[in-house]
Amino acid sequence: MDDAMNLLDFWIMVTGIAVALACVIPGVLLVLTRQSMLGDGISHAVLPGLALAFLLSGSRDMIWMLTGACLAGLFTSGLSYLIVRFGNVDPGAALGVTFCSLFASGLILIRFASDKVDLDPNCVLYGTVETAVVDGVINGTIPRVAWQAILLLLLNLSVLFFFYKELVMLTFDSGFAKSKGYPVGWMNVGITLITAITTVLCFEAVGSILVIAFLSIPVATALLISKRLVSIFWISGLVGIAASITGHLMAVFGIPGMVNYFSSGALVIRSLSSSGTMVAMAGVLFLTTLLMSRLFRLYPNSQMRTVKED
Amino acid sequence: MITPLLGDLLLLEWSQLMRIVRLEDYNTRMVFLGTATFSSLGGMVGTFLLLRKRSLMSDTISHATLPGVGIAFLFLYGFTEVGKSLPLLLLGAGISSLLGVGLIQFVRRWSRLKDDVAMAIVLSFFFGVGITLLTLIQQLPTGNAAGLEQFIYGKASAMTAGDATFIFIAALLTTLVCGLFYKELALLCFDRDFAKAKGLPTELLDFILLLLITVTTVIGLQAIGLLLVVAMLIIPAAAARFWTHDLSKMMWVAMGIGLISGMGGVFLSAAFPRLPAGAVIVLMASLFFLISMVFGTYRGLLLGWLKHHRLSQRIRLQHLLRAIYEWLEKHGQCGDILDDEFGIHDIRPFRAWDSGILELSFRKALKDGLIETSKNKFRLTGNGAREALKTVRHHRLWELFLIRYADTAPGRVDRDADAIEHVLEPEIIEDLEKALELESQAKRIPTSPHFIETISRSANG
Amino acid sequence: MSSDQQVSLSVKDLNVAYRQQMILWDVSVDFLEHSLFAIVGPNGAGKSTLLKAALGLIPKISGSVTFWGKPLSEVRQRVAYVPQRESVDWDFPIDACGVVAMGLFHQLGWFKPVGKKERTKAEEALDRVGLFDYRKRQISELSGGQQQRVFLARALVQNADLYLMDEPFASVDAATEQAIVNVLHDMKSEGKSVVCIHHDLETVRDFFDRIVLLNMKVVAAGEMDEVLTHDHLAKTYGGKHHLLDRVTRKIRGNEIVL
Repeated sequence: MDDAMNLLDFWIMVTGIAVALACVIPGVLLVLTRQSMLGDGISHAVLPGLALAFLLSGSRDMIWMLTGACLAGLFTSGLSYLIVRFGNVDPGAALGVTFCSLFASGLILIRFASDKVDLDPNCVLYGTVETAVVDGVINGTIPRVAWQAILLLLLNLSVLFFFYKELVMLTFDSGFAKSKGYPVGWMNVGITLITAITTVLCFEAVGSILVIAFLSIPVATALLISKRLVSIFWISGLVGIAASITGHLMAVFGIPGMVNYFSSGALVIRSLSSSGTMVAMAGVLFLTTLLMSRLFRLYPNSQMRTVKED
Repeated sequence: MITPLLGDLLLLEWSQLMRIVRLEDYNTRMVFLGTATFSSLGGMVGTFLLLRKRSLMSDTISHATLPGVGIAFLFLYGFTEVGKSLPLLLLGAGISSLLGVGLIQFVRRWSRLKDDVAMAIVLSFFFGVGITLLTLIQQLPTGNAAGLEQFIYGKASAMTAGDATFIFIAALLTTLVCGLFYKELALLCFDRDFAKAKGLPTELLDFILLLLITVTTVIGLQAIGLLLVVAMLIIPAAAARFWTHDLSKMMWVAMGIGLISGMGGVFLSAAFPRLPAGAVIVLMASLFFLISMVFGTYRGLLLGWLKHHRLSQRIRLQHLLRAIYEWLEKHGQCGDILDDEFGIHDIRPFRAWDSGILELSFRKALKDGLIETSKNKFRLTGNGAREALKTVRHHRLWELFLIRYADTAPGRVDRDADAIEHVLEPEIIEDLEKALELESQAKRIPTSPHFIETISRSANG
Repeated sequence: MSSDQQVSLSVKDLNVAYRQQMILWDVSVDFLEHSLFAIVGPNGAGKSTLLKAALGLIPKISGSVTFWGKPLSEVRQRVAYVPQRESVDWDFPIDACGVVAMGLFHQLGWFKPVGKKERTKAEEALDRVGLFDYRKRQISELSGGQQQRVFLARALVQNADLYLMDEPFASVDAATEQAIVNVLHDMKSEGKSVVCIHHDLETVRDFFDRIVLLNMKVVAAGEMDEVLTHDHLAKTYGGKHHLLDRVTRKIRGNEIVL
């Protein structure tokens, strides 16, 4: 029993770390192009994709679900791009219109699909690492979500490796890339595709909030303390790993222990949602860094500002 | 998936339908009142939010309510062991989302991070903390905690009279505040820097706007659900933008779209109980957005495309007529006598035509009866000659206007206008005419005020 | 104009509209090789639009654009573009050398990483604009003028034959101005062509040898002395431009000296 628990903890943390690292790559691209909320939009809009895939294929096979969800993700960003481009709507509002509409149609589709299968919309929003990992651990194999997250990480890493310089150019100055004849439109589709795949694969494991958090918070933390792109990737990765580990420990030991202590043993709390605490820890790391960078003026951020003022 | 819906429709009897439409059901009446009020309120407040370019703020604010609810519940639980007191939970939600708003401002001010990252961080961080608290609450030894989420993020179809009255009063108060600060908020949304320069407390106004959004969100969350709140704050306002650029009109349009979507959604979901009311309302609003985007009279796509198509076509025809006139002019014709014959190849050297455009323009001119053809040769018809004269005169007047009034001209040149007289003041036209007269006294149609390089180059080469 | 010079960029009857508002109106102009062209005109005259439309960055209604008689797609290697400084986010985490190296990506091709050779080339280009010591500096820590010079270096590294620059002199410090002027002179002596949007009527005579006066249409184009006259300026800027008298006086002063 104890071994099984340790194994479970191990795989939860491994999954969390792989998800965090996989998210860093699209995360940096999104944050630097001011599209951080896209992850949020996609993760909501995935619902109709799942429902449609199920209604059309009649199975809950993973491959169908993934295809449906990825297409829905692409559709979200494509649609909001079209609304911005042709309707001249503020990008934020366009994304809002798109994902609200898609989520609503997802709710209705699910109502019809629910005759045949139990698809809980809440599951989409607050997936849980624990339940996702349990299957594999009980069977004594590597949990599916874990190797899924690791495969995703490898995919994202290879994209970053092969297209690093093009991605940098595109995010820094897409007008220049266009003037040099690069297929800027298709490259943007590629970035969106990576974001969609990442969001979809991760939210199955850890829920959409963890995905949005891991797409933005580690990168933002890194941006506070570094101005070099390479170190931003490294720092974001480290923040993600730290948040995953401390988050899970908080969920399993920290908070239950504290509750137990403060209520003098009157309340007994088992472990909490690990994805929730991982996000909370990521947020705490970010806030601490923000405060430190301002209070002590240790980091290039604050130094630079003084240089500019002179 | 259509079959069950049809089944509902068949089961639905006329009398039932009338009951719904006449709002005889007490429950339906309450849902109707509450939802309609909220949807139009969302349109009103959302308009400010849209123009301030912060639509997604509603998403962040609504997600940021969760930890407040959790903490309020735990607080209550600690004292009373009950925990479910609606006003206090909502107060917690409100405080929590205000903290979220504060954190966004704090992040923006203390770092170089942009708006979108700040929103994503606060959204996910607060929601993560909220989820943690909820899983903690679920383990408390009280049956009362179960379904706290549903209790807070309610459903439109389960609305009670108390909820509806609450929404109504809150909506009245919000509208009052909106009315009081209307001028200031309008200025803030249209031009923040200008508002600041005029000495308005922009920070305070931003806070008031976000406070309004927070109040709207909190009252909406409990009554009609999170999704609907976000959607109603974004979609109607975004749709209204396609119809008008006038703020007060935009607000009315947004309120109208919200109202109709809200009412329509409630009717539909009452008629088809399988349809979740919130989602139907959102989809109705989305439908309005789609219609507005295509058919809108201010920024609609159809109108834009039509205008652009017309502009390109007119410009091409004007190019053709001018080229023909210039060819005729070169061959010694001017004024009313414009009856020389010409071929396509004669006209081609006068401009850089995109491939196939010259032939296309000839065909269009033939169809419009501006030119006539015989034996591969063309000539201007009477109508065509008049049009050519007018086009060339306009063109040269505009050219002259551009040169003589260079400081103000670029913004005002509108070659597409049917008559220059509709755009420019009579004095200016008089002045331009005089200038033209001076340059070419003998001719009714002036020659081009400067040397036309294209002609000379192509004529020589 | 001497007739032995070839045309590098040729724009014919270019019409561009934005939201039914005409911005460029039958613009026809030939930019000759081996010369420094300034495009000058009031705000909203469509100067940036002309460059962007020539590069295919924004759609045109009609007209043709050719580079050495060919469409841009065939000669992209020979054309370098320096966008306005405001067009990018200078908080982007990248160093000066990294930005300059972007000019080489196209020659380098897909999949190949930036190597030592590229970095050396980028550093040489930075040296030419006087920023060698700043090559490792993050771009957000550079002053506005230095950022402008980084953009210039990114164009230099492409070793193009034609350089299109959008307001490189806009609000820069004296050092940057001098650096850009030096680069322009080098380009001229190397036989390169430059088309540069310029806003300052007082300096245009010193920096460039040919000028295009643009106000939706080309008002005049050609040799500096022939084109930069009070009459042409009045036709471009309107009679009330507060600078005109000063510039005219300066022109007259030059005429007397000549």
